[in-house]
Amino acid sequence: MRFVLRLPNEGARKSANQKEQKIMKYILMMNPSKANMNCDPIGAWPKKDIQAHINFMIGLNKELRGSGEFVSADGLAGPEQAKLVRAGKDGTPITDGVFPESKEFLAGYWIVDVESPERAYAVAARASAAPGPGGAPLNMAIEVRQIMGGPPEEFV
Amino acid sequence: MTPVSLAAPSEHLLRELTPQVLGAVIRRFRDFAAAEDAVQEALLAAAVQWPEEGMPGNPHGWLIQVASRRMTDHLRKDRARRRRETAVAAELDQLAPAVDRENENGHDDTLILLFMCCHPALTPSSAIALTLRAVAGLTTAEIAHAFLVPEATMAQRISRAKQSIKASGVPFRLPTHQERTERLRTVLHVLYLIFNEGYTSSAGPELQRCELSLEAIRLTRAMHNLLPDDSEVTGLLALMLLTDARRTARTARGGELIPLTRQDRTLWDQRRISEGVALLTAALSMGSIGAYQLQAAVAAVHDEAAKVEDTDWPQILALYDLLKRMSGNPMVVLNHAIAVGMVHGPSAGLELLDALDADGRLRGHHRLDAVRAHLLEMAGDHRAAIAHYGIAAGRTTSLPEQNYLLTQAARLKESLPRDID
Repeated sequence: MRFVLRLPNEGARKSANQKEQKIMKYILMMNPSKANMNCDPIGAWPKKDIQAHINFMIGLNKELRGSGEFVSADGLAGPEQAKLVRAGKDGTPITDGVFPESKEFLAGYWIVDVESPERAYAVAARASAAPGPGGAPLNMAIEVRQIMGGPPEEFV
Repeated sequence: MTPVSLAAPSEHLLRELTPQVLGAVIRRFRDFAAAEDAVQEALLAAAVQWPEEGMPGNPHGWLIQVASRRMTDHLRKDRARRRRETAVAAELDQLAPAVDRENENGHDDTLILLFMCCHPALTPSSAIALTLRAVAGLTTAEIAHAFLVPEATMAQRISRAKQSIKASGVPFRLPTHQERTERLRTVLHVLYLIFNEGYTSSAGPELQRCELSLEAIRLTRAMHNLLPDDSEVTGLLALMLLTDARRTARTARGGELIPLTRQDRTLWDQRRISEGVALLTAALSMGSIGAYQLQAAVAAVHDEAAKVEDTDWPQILALYDLLKRMSGNPMVVLNHAIAVGMVHGPSAGLELLDALDADGRLRGHHRLDAVRAHLLEMAGDHRAAIAHYGIAAGRTTSLPEQNYLLTQAARLKESLPRDID
């Protein structure tokens, strides 16, 4: 059938311009390699600095829960315990050690559900400024990646 | 809060009554959180008493009465406590004016509740969560599951939304005539987002989320019953039905996405299509045309083509011409370019894409590359098409779409003459 159309009015024009907004999930990854952090690894810090760092992280998670943006967050066991696994001939796992001193490694991550990429960057910046030795901000680089979701509408 | 389970017919009735009762209790007592608890207690009482004593003659009034009694009890206790502490004597009647009699059917209360939940002070995600909780009556756990976040996160989002509304000081009443257009637009937008959230994610492992689309349709239908003469409400309901009609045809068994051009059109839901077309026809005769009606018209033109070759592209082009004049949205411009490509040939469409490149708002957006790849393929330039399918695949944040784009590139690669190594 053919639809008979009249010219749109001003109000309709406005509503057509409404911004499409989708809630997006991001993963924020902490890679505390030497290149990424200008200080000793956390194990070498004084006790009170380690404690301050941990308290900061707990506080950050609490903040994200409070704002309704928290999906999950975890720290990973140290790279010394990591294994590289491949399937052998019959599918059995063959494990090999990882060499942490030569590689970037993931120490922990947050997954947040936020309204904009800018908000994800802001959370990452908070995490980046976590206190290091002497309480000075670490300013470590946090890698921010969007988590892929379902397809968008009007798929071509 | 615990979901109340009842025999199916009364459960259906309770779901319909809940927002009306909640609206009435909030209007009377002006406390969102406490009202919700009281209504929940009333629903629980109904679940226990109705099966034993039979359904009351006026279930709506019964629920309001029970919920109000609970509210009054809470207020009295609260007041007694406060009196002990500060000796403040406020008359209970002042706190709780009588339920407005002219509102007995509760319909206006549902509408007010919807306007409150889609409050302009809320972010879209908060408005969505609150609407699903308070108006649609989903449990917090169900909403959290649909949005794939922990229940505690969703509970927090909902409670913050309620606080924002309280803090805004907006009274619980129908918006004035002036506010109404603006607020209605927000409500429709929230319903549209709920629908999209369900529809666009109904592929792959997240199939259960199509419930969100059905919930959006249910709410928009309720809205349409309350405002039958509003052309955009009608247009939005039509758009949802005409889009949802294609749902089963849209994904393959393994969850892969099937684009419109390759869907098995016999799977389209003809009942939904004819209802959508009827609604749209009615909406278009009401007067002013809006974006939802135009999008619904595009969906209807697609739905009415029994075969993809039968698609009335000139009419779709005319509709996108109008949409483009209404909105500067670059996505509309992009869809317009596709329609131009289908009507006037791929090179005409590609020329428009060059203009979009210059515009800059879509720079780096995967959809621009995907459309370019599609038009290049139509034009027979397969090498360039492969390159753009590849770029688009790298840029999309949608997994099913990435799989689709990679498959398109691979399919074209196989059709190329083999290179000499």
